[in-house]
Amino acid sequence: MKEYEIVVGLEVHAELNTKSKIYCNCRNAFGLEVNTQVCPICMGMPGTLPTLNEKVVEYAIKMGHAMHCEINGVCKQDRKNYFYPDLPKAYQISQAEVPLCGKGYLDVMIDGKMKRIGVTRIHIEEDAGKLLHDDAFAGSLVDLNRCGVPLIEIVSEPDIRSSAEAKAYLETIKSILQYLNISDCKMQEGSIRCDVNVSVREKGSTEFGTRCEMKNVNSFSAAVRGIEYEAKRQIEVLEAGGTVIQETRRWDDAKGMSIVMRSKEDAQDYRYFPEPDLLTIVVPEEKIQALKESLPELPNAKLQRYVFDFGLSQMDATLISEDMTRSEFFDACVNRNVCKPKSISNWILSDIAKYTNETGKTIPETALTAENLTALIEQVEKGVISNSSAKKVFAVIVEEDRDPLAIIEEKGMKQNSDTGFLEQLAKDVLAANEKSVKDYQNGKTNALGYLVGQCMKASKGKANPGIVKEIVTRMLNA
Amino acid sequence: MKLYEKNAAELSQMLQNKACSAVELTQDILSRIDAVEGKVGAYVTRCEDCLEQAKAVDDARAAGKTLHPLAGIPIGIKDNISTKGIRTTCSSRMLENYVPPFDASVMKPIRDAGLVITGKMNMDEFAMGSSTETSYFHQTHNPHELDCVPGGSSGGSAAAVAAGEAILTLGSDTGGSIRQPASLCGVVGLKPTYGSVSRYGLVAFASSLDQIGPLGKSVKDVAMLQSLIQGHDKMDATSAYLEYTDLAENLSGHVQGLHIGVPKEYFGGGMDNAVKESVWTALRLLEQNGAKIKEISLPSTEYAINTYYIIASAEASSNLARFDGVKYGYRAASYDGLTDMYEKTRSEGFGDEVKRRIMLGTFVLSSGFYDAYYKKAKLVQRRIGQEFAEAFQKCDVIITPTTPSPAFRIGENIDDPLKMYYNDACTVTVNIAGLPAISVPCGRSREGLPLGMQVIGSKFAEQTILNTAYAYEQLVGGFHVIPETL
Repeated sequence: MKEYEIVVGLEVHAELNTKSKIYCNCRNAFGLEVNTQVCPICMGMPGTLPTLNEKVVEYAIKMGHAMHCEINGVCKQDRKNYFYPDLPKAYQISQAEVPLCGKGYLDVMIDGKMKRIGVTRIHIEEDAGKLLHDDAFAGSLVDLNRCGVPLIEIVSEPDIRSSAEAKAYLETIKSILQYLNISDCKMQEGSIRCDVNVSVREKGSTEFGTRCEMKNVNSFSAAVRGIEYEAKRQIEVLEAGGTVIQETRRWDDAKGMSIVMRSKEDAQDYRYFPEPDLLTIVVPEEKIQALKESLPELPNAKLQRYVFDFGLSQMDATLISEDMTRSEFFDACVNRNVCKPKSISNWILSDIAKYTNETGKTIPETALTAENLTALIEQVEKGVISNSSAKKVFAVIVEEDRDPLAIIEEKGMKQNSDTGFLEQLAKDVLAANEKSVKDYQNGKTNALGYLVGQCMKASKGKANPGIVKEIVTRMLNA
Repeated sequence: MKLYEKNAAELSQMLQNKACSAVELTQDILSRIDAVEGKVGAYVTRCEDCLEQAKAVDDARAAGKTLHPLAGIPIGIKDNISTKGIRTTCSSRMLENYVPPFDASVMKPIRDAGLVITGKMNMDEFAMGSSTETSYFHQTHNPHELDCVPGGSSGGSAAAVAAGEAILTLGSDTGGSIRQPASLCGVVGLKPTYGSVSRYGLVAFASSLDQIGPLGKSVKDVAMLQSLIQGHDKMDATSAYLEYTDLAENLSGHVQGLHIGVPKEYFGGGMDNAVKESVWTALRLLEQNGAKIKEISLPSTEYAINTYYIIASAEASSNLARFDGVKYGYRAASYDGLTDMYEKTRSEGFGDEVKRRIMLGTFVLSSGFYDAYYKKAKLVQRRIGQEFAEAFQKCDVIITPTTPSPAFRIGENIDDPLKMYYNDACTVTVNIAGLPAISVPCGRSREGLPLGMQVIGSKFAEQTILNTAYAYEQLVGGFHVIPETL
């Protein structure tokens, strides 16, 4: 069998979380009683007209900046015409020729390295309603609540080479949407959906193979499964001497397979033309710039910084960077410059994560400050207190804003690191435990642990265990 | 003189002077409707509550409230303008039983001002036609000659004014649908600048060309009604944001120094001689009173009809796609599956002319043909607009015939769409360029049928064209709208 390469392009639809819908004043909300968040406009009653919610333009431009896109400050909206019961006007207002955001790219971390994935365009459009099928009634019913929910469609270049890359790309988009607070990103509510274009080619080939488009991919893991299934199917076709036919397929995640929806010949002609009911969108250059400057540092940039500047693992760096409050706290701690970023990361992902999970609070909702946490870590790093003491101090400062040094003092947690004192202590302990010393010298190295433990006991737990271990080892080997 | 024979300006004075009451006026209109509606057929739906509306106005007046000058004036509304609680059919089987849950934006000033809504006026189906023959319900007859069409698509609106079945009416004009029937029925009709009257609630035919406008017996009547309905509306993104002034208050009867452009392309071979002669007679009259006549050229006029039918049909094919049997309106009684339901519903619900335009529009937008038709038409549209803009550097108004010929016989053109479309030759350019234009009665044909003159202005120059039309009206001693034969 020849070696093949998978080529994937993704079209991601993300619902924006504006207060109202894109072309009317109805609430943009999920999960409410069917056909209650509707008005004559989003129901497509005769004579109604759309008026553009400018927030949608702002949100989309923010995403465009986050993906380094050229912003088309002057662009139109177009009608995409097709019949379906969930589309009351029988056309969707979208953007055809000139999207709000043009060419750009997204840097994604894959196996510890950054990969740049090209972005073709981002455009704004309206969502359609939903068909409801149920055994409780015959036929299908239509819920129009979702009609007019604002969407952005992000189209990638065919730069993705594996299902893992696709997943990383999707997860990066999701974390950016959350950072920008422009989408709820609730997968189970369908706020992010994607269409997947897959083709395969012989490794080394520069020509693209024939692609198939897969629709109805409703989760990132479904995208992974769908890509793998589709690539395997296409390779099997080629290996059997056949040719891949360009077609649109429907992914059935439950069955783990895709089925043909329509071939290229049956491709729908959407008869795009400029929406005459809406004016040309004109966003002044100053506004475009202001939106650019309003952007926070984005999770993929943070991830890159954490891995390459601070030496965190990709896993840890991802866990911190993908959560905005977490990464903001991490950055604040690092900026105090009193302890190692790695130590801060460990605290955030262990004790702090445990606390926030248990209480349901975010870090800013706790009493913990960057100042107190770093002061505490500093004491551990300096060997002033033990890890177990630090955990006790943490339990206090996460509940109330108190100086950790004062707590250490108050509870007498300071360790004894005086080498003269500790050497005398070790000498006494070794003298009293001749058998263990012999054992060690006979090769039973675990006797070391016992001896260190005895030293700690003799110091009533105050001895610095690291220094004690050092001294005991030196004495035993003398 | 009967009340129904008077114009809105006169009746407004009478109502304010309490020379008559709104109830008396409405009653007079109702008995006129009873007398002639059987012959004319201007209405699709009549409002049962007219007298209550009129009484409310009289009560308000008696209570000393300050009322709008048009309070108590009976008005008919074209049946493609959404009226809350009153069925709005677009003269189509598709919407035979459709009752909008909301009012078009123009209905608010009309209701607030206390005009008495008499009913909904017949029209060509979905405003597609020039004769009101494509109405699903019935033919409207020209009050001047019942065998003739009233024009269209606002045929019911024009015929009602000419027959005294309403004092004022609202129409809509996409390619001439106010001006052409106004001309054929011998009344005054104004197509306002695109964007000056909200389209919200007007059932769309061709969104970039549609415009609601007034019809009445006199220039002042339409100026009064236009002043009431014009204005910015945030529900319509294409609505123009500017300061609108009262057009009726500022009517001057002078044309001294007015530069009138006369485009030679509008007086070509296809024009009926009587039409040309009548308009030239009017032009000479204006010239004698101080206007300066200048022959101009609008060379792209010959492409206007093609351009219009491409753009209008393209938009219509999309606008009318929502009538699919799913949500409202007609649904075929029996069908087998979704696609069959769509096909049967639309086959049965739409008439031939609507289907013809949907097919034409679908074709010109389809992949592979878009550039050759729609895109090219949009380029010609821009050129036509530029030619008008250049012309208005040299003149204040442009005067042309409204239609190439007087009213034709019912059935005469119905099987020849191209001949029918030619009726719009003088009017479509105005919609393509988004300009305001008014049609006023201008002489008669040999058979005694009304002819019309069109006065075109630059964008938002409603006052200038109304002044010109008003001056002409004064010079000819007013228009005699209601035919004595009816």
